[in-house]
Amino acid sequence: MNMKRRVFLKGSLASGMVAVAVGAGVLSPRQVLAAWPKDAFEAKNVNDAMKGLLNTDLAPASDAIKLEAPDIAENGAVVPVKITASMDNVESITIIAEKNQTPLIASFNLAAGTQGFVSTRIKMGKTSNVIAVVKAGGKVYSARKEVKVTIGGCGG
Amino acid sequence: MAKSSIKVRAKLKNGACEVKALIKHPMETGLRKDKKTGKIIPAHFIQEISCKHNGTEVLNALWGTAISTNPYVSFIVDGAKKGDVITLSWVDNTGAKDSSEGDSKQGQVK
Repeated sequence: MNMKRRVFLKGSLASGMVAVAVGAGVLSPRQVLAAWPKDAFEAKNVNDAMKGLLNTDLAPASDAIKLEAPDIAENGAVVPVKITASMDNVESITIIAEKNQTPLIASFNLAAGTQGFVSTRIKMGKTSNVIAVVKAGGKVYSARKEVKVTIGGCGG
Repeated sequence: MAKSSIKVRAKLKNGACEVKALIKHPMETGLRKDKKTGKIIPAHFIQEISCKHNGTEVLNALWGTAISTNPYVSFIVDGAKKGDVITLSWVDNTGAKDSSEGDSKQGQVK
């Protein structure tokens, strides 16, 4: 119980502070090198995750993003997800499952020569929306799709 | 060196190169309990993967615990030609890492 509370507090309070600390060079080089946004990945809700990772609120929906996922996933441990973003200059694609214990799943940073396409397999705890957040040309867009999960895949 | 945990395939398709990769990794979330001992299995998951096309980074991904066990990832790289090499490497939360770089058979664009 105590652990959970600590993580929650960290997630809600510290995301901003970490960015400042990195900027000021307070954190050791090893941590900066890894650059894994712990707070964003441990955030318990979508908004905190978005703030910790991209420093924005959840973006408006866009038709230019195609999010392919099954309507019903029998096994939540393996849910195939395919995201195609047809806008120019796609910088990153982020995958979020709204009702997972920690909603942020993954963030793919794409170089200029890489197309706005990513396909992978994710775990989902229960039925919820899968949200694809695409950053392109400095702007953030999103798309969502509900996936029904029969058996959760996050343990417990 | 032990056998690589990574499988990379790259194929030209309509002028672009489709890369598919499979990584062998438990991707433990840290939420599961060992049924025999009742103890929580500690988290063990890949945090970062990096993919290079002829040595230039084309994709860098940050992963959480919710990527499936033995992760699969696929993406498309422009401007690749036959014989180019795509390599992939990963680092997990325990600091372990692996790369397909040492394996010359892997990731050649076909």
